[in-house]
Amino acid sequence: MTVADITSPTDETSKASGTKADWGRTLLIAIPYIWLLIFFLAPFVIVFKISLSDVVIARPPYFPTFDLSEGWQGFLAMLQAFDLENYVWLTEDTLYLNSYLSSLKIASISTLLTLCIGYPIAYSMAKAPQEWRATLLMLVILPFWTSFLIRVYAWIGILKKEGFLNYFLLWTGIIDEPLTILNTDTAIYIGIVYSYLPFMVLPLYAVLEKLDTSLLEAATDLGCSPLKSFWVITLPLSLPGIWAGCFLVFIPALGEFVIPDILGGSSTIMIGKTLWVEFFSNRDWPVASAVAILLLFLLILPIVLFQKQQEKQMEVSR
Amino acid sequence: METSVLTQPVCKFAPWDNPAQKPLVRFENVTKKFGDFTAIENLTLNIYEREFFALLGPSGCGKTTMMRMLAGFEYPTTGNIALANTNLQKAPPHKRPVNMMFQSYALFPHMSVEQNIAFGLKQEKTSKAEIKQRVEEMLSLVQLEPFAKRKPHQLSGGQKQRVALARSLAKKPKLLLLDEPLGALDKKLREQTQFELMNIQEQLGLTFVIVTHDQEEAMTVASRIAVMDHGKIVQVATPAEIYEYPNSRYSADFIGDVNIIEGKIDVTTGETASLNWAEGETPLKVSTKQRPNHGTTCWLAVRPEKLRISKEKPENADNCIKGEVWDIGYTGNISTYHVKASNGSILKAQVSNREHLADRPITWEDTVYIHWEKGAGVFLEN
Ligand SMILES: Nc1ncnc2c1ncn2[C@@H]1O[C@H](COP(=O)(O)OP(=O)(O)OP(=O)(O)O)[C@@H](O)[C@H]1O
Ligand SMILES: [Mg+2]
Repeated sequence: MTVADITSPTDETSKASGTKADWGRTLLIAIPYIWLLIFFLAPFVIVFKISLSDVVIARPPYFPTFDLSEGWQGFLAMLQAFDLENYVWLTEDTLYLNSYLSSLKIASISTLLTLCIGYPIAYSMAKAPQEWRATLLMLVILPFWTSFLIRVYAWIGILKKEGFLNYFLLWTGIIDEPLTILNTDTAIYIGIVYSYLPFMVLPLYAVLEKLDTSLLEAATDLGCSPLKSFWVITLPLSLPGIWAGCFLVFIPALGEFVIPDILGGSSTIMIGKTLWVEFFSNRDWPVASAVAILLLFLLILPIVLFQKQQEKQMEVSR
Repeated sequence: METSVLTQPVCKFAPWDNPAQKPLVRFENVTKKFGDFTAIENLTLNIYEREFFALLGPSGCGKTTMMRMLAGFEYPTTGNIALANTNLQKAPPHKRPVNMMFQSYALFPHMSVEQNIAFGLKQEKTSKAEIKQRVEEMLSLVQLEPFAKRKPHQLSGGQKQRVALARSLAKKPKLLLLDEPLGALDKKLREQTQFELMNIQEQLGLTFVIVTHDQEEAMTVASRIAVMDHGKIVQVATPAEIYEYPNSRYSADFIGDVNIIEGKIDVTTGETASLNWAEGETPLKVSTKQRPNHGTTCWLAVRPEKLRISKEKPENADNCIKGEVWDIGYTGNISTYHVKASNGSILKAQVSNREHLADRPITWEDTVYIHWEKGAGVFLEN
C-alpha cells in the first residue's frame, strides 16, 4: 500500500481502509491496556514476587533477589526459593485479621455516614435554583484546592481537648467538661466523612440533577404523596449514584492510612496502618507485600460488584 | 370493529345549554403568567360532567398549561379553578380526583409496564386481586398484554404512549386529562383507540379533557371543542357547530379546509348580506342575522365540499364565480379543484369521484364556474 492509497480512498480501497480503521481502533483501545500493563500489572507482579520472598537484613531487605546476569538458571533458583510462608503468617497472627475486620467496620460505617450526610446535600443542590447550582458545585469541590494532609491536620486543631469544637460546646453550655474526641474512632469517622464527602456528593448530584421531574409529578398525580414518591421514585432512580458514591468512599476508606494515623488513637488498628508499620518500622517487606496483595483482593470484590451494578444500570438507562 | 362502538348516542347530550346544570370544572377569569409571559389570559370556561372535551390549538397556545393547572402542578396567577364546586386553589395534586396522561408519557423507568399501570391503584389500597384484574383489563384495552413484563426502555414510542394511557385510565378518575394521547399511534390503532376511549368514557360516565393536534380526532371523539389561540379561547362549541358556524376566520381555518373570501359590505337586505369581493364581479350573497354597515370589511367562509363546479354557467345560483382550473388534487375518493378567480385568489372546490378518472370532464386550464347557495357560506366579522 502506498501513500496515494491512504490519501485518496477510492471505491476499490474502501475495503482496505476499513481494515485500517480497525487497526486504528485496536491501537486506540490498546493504549489504556498498555498503560494498565505498565503501571498496574508490573508493580503488582513486583509486589507479588516480594510477598513470596523471605525477609533478610540486607539491601533490599528480602531474598531471593533476581540478578539478570545469572540468566535462566538464576531465575529457576529464585522460583524455587519462593513460598507462601508470609501468607501463612498472616493467618497465624490475629493482628492482621483484626486489622482487616476493623478496617472493614470503619470503612462501612463511614461510608454509611457519608451517604446519610451526602444524600441530603446532593438532593438540595439538585433542587436548588438553576443559577445557584454551579456555585454550590464549586463549594463542594473547593476543599480539594488545599492539600489533603493539611486539611486532616487542621482537624486536630478542631477536635483536640482545647480545640475549637470543645471550646464552642463549653461556651454554649451543652457540655461542662471537654470531650475526648481526638485519637478515638470518632475522630477517624469524622476525618473520613469529611475527606470523602465530595466523592459521595458528586455522583449523587449527577444522578439527582438528571432526574426527570415529570416522573414525580406523574407519581403525585396518581395519588402518591410527595414523601412516598421520594421513596418509590427518587430513591430507586438514584441507586446508580448511591452505588457509585459508596464505592468511591468505601474503597479508599478501607485502605486509609493518613486519617487513622493522624486523628486515630494507638488502639485503632487499620490495615493501612498495619501495612505501614510492617513496611517502615519492621522493615518486613515480604509480609507488608502479602498484606497489600490480600488487601487488593479484598478490594477487587466490591469493585467487581460495582462493575456488575454499572452494567445492569447501563442496560436499564438505555 | 364492533358495530356497537360505532353507534353514537341518539339522545341529545347538551348540559352546556341547560343553565340549571352545574359544571364539573369551572375556570373563572384564569390568567397564568410565567414571568412576563402570559400563557393563559383571562380564560373562563365550563366543562360538564360526562363531557368529552377537546382542546385544539397550535403548539404553544397553552393547552398543556391548562391541563397542568387542572392537575394541580401549576396554580393560576389570578382567577379561580373549581372542580365540582370545590375550590381547587389549594389542593395538592395527589389529593385531586384527577389523573393526567403526560405529553412526555413520564413512565417510571424502573418499573415494568404492569407496575406502571398498577401504580395509581396501589396508592389507594386496592386489593391485590382487584389490581391484577384491572391491570389486565387495561393491558388488553391498549393491546399490550405480551409486553406486561417489559420495562419502558424496551418499548417503541407508540407502545410507551399506550402504557401512559393505560396508567392514567387505570384509576378511572372522575376527570381524566389526556395530553395528546394518541399522537404516536398509526392511523388504524388510533381510530380503534379513539372508539375505545369513547366507549370507556360513556360506560363509566367519566369526564375526559383531551388535547390533540388532529382536528379529525377532535371531531370524532369530542362532545365539545375549544379552539385556542395564544392563551385565549376563540370558540367553544360542538364539532358540528364549529365546522358549520365558525365564529371567526381563525376557527374556520383551524378546523377543516375552508375558502375565505375578503370583501366589503355592499348592502344588507333582510337576512342576506352582499359582499363586494372583486372589481367588476357580482357581489356574493351570504345569510346572516347581523346587520353590518355598508363598507365594513368582512369575510365569507365556505367549505370546499359545499362548492359546486361546472363547465357551463349555472342558472339562478346565488353565487357564481368564473375561473380557471389551476390545479387538481387527487386523493382517491375526492378531487380538489384549485380554481383561480379573476382577482387572482384561489378557490378550492371538492368533488367526490363517482366516475373513473378518465371520464371526468374538467381538466387543467378549463374555464369553469364555481357556484353555491347563500346559506352554504358563513359570514364572519373577524
Ligand atoms: N414553566 C414554564 N416557564 C415558562 N414558560 C412556560 C412554562 N411552561 C409553559 N410555558 C410557555 O407557555 C406557553 C404554553 O405552553 P404549553 O405547554 O401549554 O403549550 P401547548 O399548547 O401544550 O403546546 P404543544 O401543543 O406544543 O404541547 C408556551 O409558549 C410555553 O413556552
Ligand atoms: Mg402541550
